Amino acid sequence: MSTATACLQHLFAEQRSLEEYQGGVPRWCKGCGDNAILTALQRLCRDEGLRPEKTVFVSGIGCSSRLPHYMRTYGFHGIHGRALPIAEGIKLARPDLHVFVNTGDGDCCSIGAAHWIHAIRYNMNITVLLHDNHIYGLTKKQVSPTSPIGTRSNTTPRGSYLDAMSPLTVTLGIQNASFVAQAVDWIPESLFQIVTAAFRHRGLSFVRILQRCPEFVGSMFEPWVHDPQRMLMLTHENGLKVSPALQKIYRNQIVHDPLDIDRAREIASSEDPIPVGILYHNPAVPCYEDLRRAGMLRTTDSIRSSFEAELDKFTVWP
Amino acid sequence: MNAAAELVGSCATAKQVVTIGEAIVEIMSDSGEGAQKCGQSFGSIAARMGNGVWTVEIIPAEIQPPARSIAGASGNRIRIGSKRVTNGGDEADLAIAFNEQVLLGRVNAGELKPGCIILLESMWADSADPKIVAQYRETLARLLAEGYRVHEVPMENECRKLVSDPRKGKNMFVLGMLCNLYSLDMDLARDQIAFIFGKKADKIIKSNVALLEAGHAWAEHNLDFGFRVPAVRATEPQLVINGNTAVALGVLASGMDICAMYPITPATSASHYLSDVFERSGGLVHQAEDEIAACAFAIGASYAGKVAVTITSGPGYSLKQEGIGLAVMAEIPLVVVDVQRGGPSTGQPTKSEQSDLLTVMFGSHGDAPKVVMAASTIEDCFHSMITARRIAETFNMVVVVLSDASLATAQQPFPRPEFNEDWLAPPIDQNPVPEGAKPYDWDPVTGLSRRFVPGQPGGMHTLTGLAHDRSSRVAYDPEINEQGMHARSLKLAALQKMLTPPKVFGDEEGDLLVVGWGSTKGAIEESVERMRAEGHKVSSLHLSFLQPMAPGIKEILHRFRQVITIEANWSDLPEDPLIDETNRRYSALAMLLRARYLVDIDCWSEVRGRPIKPGSICAVLRQRLAREEQRS
Repeated sequence: MSTATACLQHLFAEQRSLEEYQGGVPRWCKGCGDNAILTALQRLCRDEGLRPEKTVFVSGIGCSSRLPHYMRTYGFHGIHGRALPIAEGIKLARPDLHVFVNTGDGDCCSIGAAHWIHAIRYNMNITVLLHDNHIYGLTKKQVSPTSPIGTRSNTTPRGSYLDAMSPLTVTLGIQNASFVAQAVDWIPESLFQIVTAAFRHRGLSFVRILQRCPEFVGSMFEPWVHDPQRMLMLTHENGLKVSPALQKIYRNQIVHDPLDIDRAREIASSEDPIPVGILYHNPAVPCYEDLRRAGMLRTTDSIRSSFEAELDKFTVWP
Repeated sequence: MNAAAELVGSCATAKQVVTIGEAIVEIMSDSGEGAQKCGQSFGSIAARMGNGVWTVEIIPAEIQPPARSIAGASGNRIRIGSKRVTNGGDEADLAIAFNEQVLLGRVNAGELKPGCIILLESMWADSADPKIVAQYRETLARLLAEGYRVHEVPMENECRKLVSDPRKGKNMFVLGMLCNLYSLDMDLARDQIAFIFGKKADKIIKSNVALLEAGHAWAEHNLDFGFRVPAVRATEPQLVINGNTAVALGVLASGMDICAMYPITPATSASHYLSDVFERSGGLVHQAEDEIAACAFAIGASYAGKVAVTITSGPGYSLKQEGIGLAVMAEIPLVVVDVQRGGPSTGQPTKSEQSDLLTVMFGSHGDAPKVVMAASTIEDCFHSMITARRIAETFNMVVVVLSDASLATAQQPFPRPEFNEDWLAPPIDQNPVPEGAKPYDWDPVTGLSRRFVPGQPGGMHTLTGLAHDRSSRVAYDPEINEQGMHARSLKLAALQKMLTPPKVFGDEEGDLLVVGWGSTKGAIEESVERMRAEGHKVSSLHLSFLQPMAPGIKEILHRFRQVITIEANWSDLPEDPLIDETNRRYSALAMLLRARYLVDIDCWSEVRGRPIKPGSICAVLRQRLAREEQRS
């Protein structure tokens, strides 16, 4: 029988390898940006020492949503657009679990748009990763809400008609937004730093990850990948810190305080250069699960007594 | 001076109190005038006295419909009897109306007995608006001409003697009249007022008691008739609640933790009540952003914890279907309550129907076997939730519990349940999963597998709505796809083997068997009793489990010369010129029974939005029996 201290020491000493978080072999296309996201998340789990059995990756439908199959944690590969409410149910039932959501631009911003808006409002302690490749991949190249105007796809052969929606400005416009960040798959170091900050935030962290789809829109992000000056690094002591090595490449930087929501909204509106970093972070926004689960333990006695009290209200005694 | 006024004027003295076996009373007002509170109170007092009681709400679709309109009628039907009452009965014996227009709707719908006693607010005769005066006089004349025994009652004028705003409190004056007319105990009536206004000031209680007493006195002095429905005080404590409250209490008692819902009529009141009481014992109601989210939320909660429930009505159920399919495929236990209303589409939100049976059985794309139960009484609404939770958990299945608008709002006393710890869900298993165990290790005979809950070391797997193998790996293999389908289907058979055959009401064999499900039970059994009293060999069978169906039903069907289902959903009329054996659309249960048991089962149904009356059923049964006699 070990003491509590011994138990804690044991937990502290627990170390897992990257391999222990690796599930099935990814079936994404060669060069798919999802691989970078998967690697960042496996590294996150290892470095944060997450117990695999206490970690759940929830997803909807689409290329992005295959990710849980490639983790060796619990996973819930749900239905199209509904990853967020499923994750919310999990979190409310089990606040002790680490809950992640992997969703795509079709899954989150189109079919699941209503859930996205309300998930921001609930602000549950969930890490949401929006794999945004600007296209439907799994169904073979249809225009998505984040496709730039003019995108040629199988449903818009002459180019898409509407301006792209910005997941960042939408999210920043919703009450209770508490963590909004942007990363790109081709700067893995920042990607890892941002998902780590997202995970450590208590509340719903929304990370939009621009993710390349070489199969269907191979040239979508090419100008930015090849011209680091078109990337805007948002640095701050409470935000992204760019390493010296990375600084040599990504020189276009501004200091941005993640508490400044007005500035965050301005930055979010910029499509070019692409901002990378933490746009907004407010740890003070209350979490829905804390508001709803006010420390009331559900025991046989509490159920019995509230049940009997209710029956008393409606009982006709002989 | 009209005849009724004359009648009221002349009846000063000796009150004749007649003893009767049962009575049906309707109280109608504009929305917000309190007829419902009056009716519920009348029912509760009668229940306290030991009468059998069934109350039915008459609800307009709008919150504030125009005053004095036929469609705006809001009120209550109360049937009280010496014996147990199981349904709202046939036509009303006595009606009280706060204006003549709200009464007209009921008259036109044939809800009042010929010669029914009507107590009608008379203030409209003196209205400053000549149009209202004309409407009132015209309606009064019509009612008298049609033979109703109308008594004009100056309700508002009488109330004004006691309170400044007689519109509030008129209902308690009416309650007082009813207590007088049906010889109810005034002390119990005063208690009832104290109970319903319990949270308010003493002044309010006193003023309402004064109105109650005034109503009682007025009826004593001005109405020369009265009734007594003998009652035997119950020896056991009785619970007086409606079906939705019973569902909510069932959720509480089942040990479920989380209810996710989205507002929809007529289901929402269950969640209202649950929201109020659940959190006191650590449960919670989550109002999601939409029906789909409510279902997905409940699925997530169920997957990671104890079985969760989502409560909805037809349109909401349609929206949840994809999520329900996911729960079926991934074998996540889930309880879904469908409080049925009129359909399709928006249909009749406040009216009752039994039209969702086939949807809940076969709905969601692909083969999605789930358990379907139907509550048939208020008490059953309570116990069904406990049973549903247990089945969902044992079989890792979706269990749909069907109720309907009739049960949702009807009240009937039933024995107070004794709390039982066995009702509660067991704690979540967080033990390590044995080495080599698989999340879908389907038993070849029962199809059952154990569920791995997040938090269990060694149980990590990714659950998916895609076809999957025993390890929950995505599989496109034809073998594996069939294995999964096979296992999910077998679970229904495994459950079926645990069910007991339903009991026949009446003799085990005879000329005609009536089969029903859900809220029609009381009316069907009452009609069977009436038919048997007339000497007919009629019995009935009521099904609680629609999927799977209990064993033994086939044998029962074969012991009767004719079988008919009575249901509140659409069935084609055989007498229609285009309808014949090859195209007739049968009622839902009839179709299911015909397909399963190969018995030529007839059906009769009604979609009038109101509970089916025992009298209507008797008429159908007589006709079917006569037809058979002609044939043979």
